[in-house]
Amino acid sequence: MPSLKEFRNRIASVKSTQKITKAMQMVAAAKLKRAQGAAEAARPYAERLAAVIANLTAAVKGGGAPKLLAGTGADQVHLVVVMTSERGLCGGFNTQIVRAARERIAQLQNEGKTVKILCVGKKGRDQLRRLYGALIVDFIDLASYRTIDASAADLIGDKVLSMFDAGEFDVATIVFSKFRSVISQVPTVQQFIPAVPPEGVAAPDLGGALYTYEPNEAAILEALLPRYLRGQILRALLENQAGFYGAQMSAMDNATRNAGDLIKKLTLRYNRQRQANITKELIEIISGAEAL
Amino acid sequence: MAEKLTFALVSPERELFHGDVDQVVVPGTEGEFGVLPRHAPLMATVKAGALRILDGGSERRIFVNGGFADVTPAGLTVLASDAVDLAQVTVEQIEADLKAANEDLADAKDDARKARAQAAVTRLTALRAAKG
Repeated sequence: MPSLKEFRNRIASVKSTQKITKAMQMVAAAKLKRAQGAAEAARPYAERLAAVIANLTAAVKGGGAPKLLAGTGADQVHLVVVMTSERGLCGGFNTQIVRAARERIAQLQNEGKTVKILCVGKKGRDQLRRLYGALIVDFIDLASYRTIDASAADLIGDKVLSMFDAGEFDVATIVFSKFRSVISQVPTVQQFIPAVPPEGVAAPDLGGALYTYEPNEAAILEALLPRYLRGQILRALLENQAGFYGAQMSAMDNATRNAGDLIKKLTLRYNRQRQANITKELIEIISGAEAL
Repeated sequence: MAEKLTFALVSPERELFHGDVDQVVVPGTEGEFGVLPRHAPLMATVKAGALRILDGGSERRIFVNGGFADVTPAGLTVLASDAVDLAQVTVEQIEADLKAANEDLADAKDDARKARAQAAVTRLTALRAAKG
């Protein structure tokens, strides 16, 4: 049986751990709120852009569509962009994303495709490096970005677009986590090059008039598609960010509760031990007195 | 009362302006154009420059760093990658930033950093020109 002092030390240590997890939970909750706000604020742009793209793709259908929309005509080299967080302590958040990415990669490899991986976020790279070290073509570190903003998305977007222009891949997909609620983040695999025109977006009612395009449809589409792709990346990053804080919040909530249970159990054993010691001492004294 | 134009200026991060105004003058790549209520449907690319919002005799100038304008019967939407209210910056500020950006450009070691510095210089030069 450990001594009373050991018990006291353990209780104190669990208590300080609990304080830390509690603090982390509250920080995550505050940051989650901000991340959700950012995701919300980014929505009007994404929605407008989606509407415009839907509109334009209908107009440019057929020949003359830019490569970003029509594809390279091949389907051999796939780029998988895996977005994870920079930090841990968030339960199964990153593992879920990596699992979705692994399934996708395995599926592509079974079909005989060449797979390239672009990692965004340190945690995903660490997990994927073990399995697919040779396939990782690049790694983008977002640790220096304290908040996710358009410049972070541009960094990734520029990288992917320059790779596409150089003909390094035919099809790109992003793997990220869709934020549904604090306790539920859904890993999502989404194709984004060739661009998928958004579905279910109604073209605006023009009241019978026709659009004037300046300079022309193709030029506008050319200018717009990179923006659209960056917008999608930004949205994925923001969803990921919100999901990460949600996952961290619930993980830390669990940890805090676990620590509470542990403290209760340890305190019980501590008291039991203390009483046993007192009883033992009493018996010693009484039997000593009786012997006299 | 005269008809108003519903105008929204959105950047990837947030909605910067939303409201009813008299007229908006947009710096299109093919030339500046004004949008009044009941304008015909139009899609145009926007170059870096000053966008002017005219309402009730007052004028608000906002710098947009390129983007895209969409006119529908419902109103005008400008999707800008970056926007700054020109009333909120001073010439000195822009010039100080421009100087810093030029130094960054001179110091840039790799291509990625160089490209970023170059983009910042281009943006600030356009902003300086828009400020007038």
